[in-house]
Amino acid sequence: MPFDPLFLWQTFIALLAGIPLALKLAVFSIAVGTVLAFSLALMRVSRRWWLDFPARFYIFSFRGTPLLVQIYIIYYGLSQFPGLRHSLLWPFLREAYWCALAALALNTAAYSAEIMRGGLLSVPAGQIEAARACGMARVLVFRRIIIPQAIRQMLPGYSNEVILMVKSTSLASTITLMEITGMAAKLISETYRPVEVFACAGAIYLTMNFIAARLFALIEWSLWPERRKTRGPVDLADQKGELHV
Amino acid sequence: MSNSVRPAVTLTGIRKNFGLLEVLHGVSLTANQGEVISILGSSGSGKSTLLRCVNMLEVPNSGSVSIMGEEIALNHRSGHPSRPKYPKQVNRLRERAAMVFQSFNLWSHLTILQNVMEAPLHVQRRDRNECHAEAEALLERVGIAAKRNAFPSELSGGQQQRAAIARALAMRPEVLLFDEPTSALDPELVGEVLRVMRNLAAEGRTMLIVTHEMDFARDVSSRSVFLHQGVIAEEGLSSEMFANPRTERFRQFLRRDGAASH
Repeated sequence: MPFDPLFLWQTFIALLAGIPLALKLAVFSIAVGTVLAFSLALMRVSRRWWLDFPARFYIFSFRGTPLLVQIYIIYYGLSQFPGLRHSLLWPFLREAYWCALAALALNTAAYSAEIMRGGLLSVPAGQIEAARACGMARVLVFRRIIIPQAIRQMLPGYSNEVILMVKSTSLASTITLMEITGMAAKLISETYRPVEVFACAGAIYLTMNFIAARLFALIEWSLWPERRKTRGPVDLADQKGELHV
Repeated sequence: MSNSVRPAVTLTGIRKNFGLLEVLHGVSLTANQGEVISILGSSGSGKSTLLRCVNMLEVPNSGSVSIMGEEIALNHRSGHPSRPKYPKQVNRLRERAAMVFQSFNLWSHLTILQNVMEAPLHVQRRDRNECHAEAEALLERVGIAAKRNAFPSELSGGQQQRAAIARALAMRPEVLLFDEPTSALDPELVGEVLRVMRNLAAEGRTMLIVTHEMDFARDVSSRSVFLHQGVIAEEGLSSEMFANPRTERFRQFLRRDGAASH
């Protein structure tokens, strides 16, 4: 296989056209998924079984099945229900874009909910008790003491999830969407040069995730002032294994 | 009862059980304003639970609690844990009876100054400048003004506990509740916390102190209460109690404690 910089360059430029769709899928599914996840996490920590159990079941189902299967069920499966075909949702559900978005959002909600639950539970009980003992109402304790600490605690896990979501948008190509991977597949069928084309696609995902990771490192840096005193921003990978006591 | 002696905290017939285990079997205790009361007892005697009943961190299964003459309204339901009737009343009274914990429990995402300002600012909604000035003065008073912008994790245990005392004082409470404030400290750091507490006592503040510091209890508190297996086994003026323990239980407790030099 001869090295062909011109072809690589042309492929790269061609694939750039797939970025907007990939970004749209990633950003919107993460946004919707995060809102859903927050509700699910609250249900999980509510200590009320009738809130906890539905959330558990939801998380169990969406974490336990492949995202690809979820995408197929929503895109191919829902049309089997005549009721849905005649509903107001159908104009959306018959479009591959909305199906992919729905599947990605529902999937990330399940994972993010568990990450958020972990963050919420990581706040030491003594600190919550001290807040209660100061006369703080529950909502105030949540807003002033629990949430700020939970967010810091869940950031590393959450940044992982965001990176996974950016990569998961590639599955949308299986239901006809022309995002980066979709366009790459099309290019390959025209040129029969899978190595160069997929290498270019991989480089684009790598760049997007590099930016995402740096963004999270920056957020983490800004939310941990006491860490900032001793060292500068560090790689997220660096802090994963670190215990904050 | 004369005008000068008014009860700050009144506990009447407090019973508390955790599941099937009853840890307080009807304890009554009154702390008048300006009194410093030590609550003594070996671990498992129910002394911390009793103190936590004052500000409803533990809700008694029966009995009543009054702070500054106001009784906390409780719903006692047989077969269910009791609950305060009005959470707002409890929150309001918690501002008047501030607590200092064994494990400090400072909020780790806030600086020392922010820790002290948090409740006056967000619970009592007082003026920010006023809160700030008062917090600075309190930190000065407990001797950690230089650490105002440090985070709790950067402080020693003794400094953290002094910050926690400043945090409690910042609410301008009428009663201070101390739950084994020196038990989590290295021996060499105990003195600095006790010194602050001595000053508060000398100021005439009302304090309820669960403690293992016998010297402190004897010298600083006006009255002591000795709990044994969920009931008050002995109580009286600290000076008399320590000089002439009346019950065998308390004598034993003092001997063991002296030997262990807790």
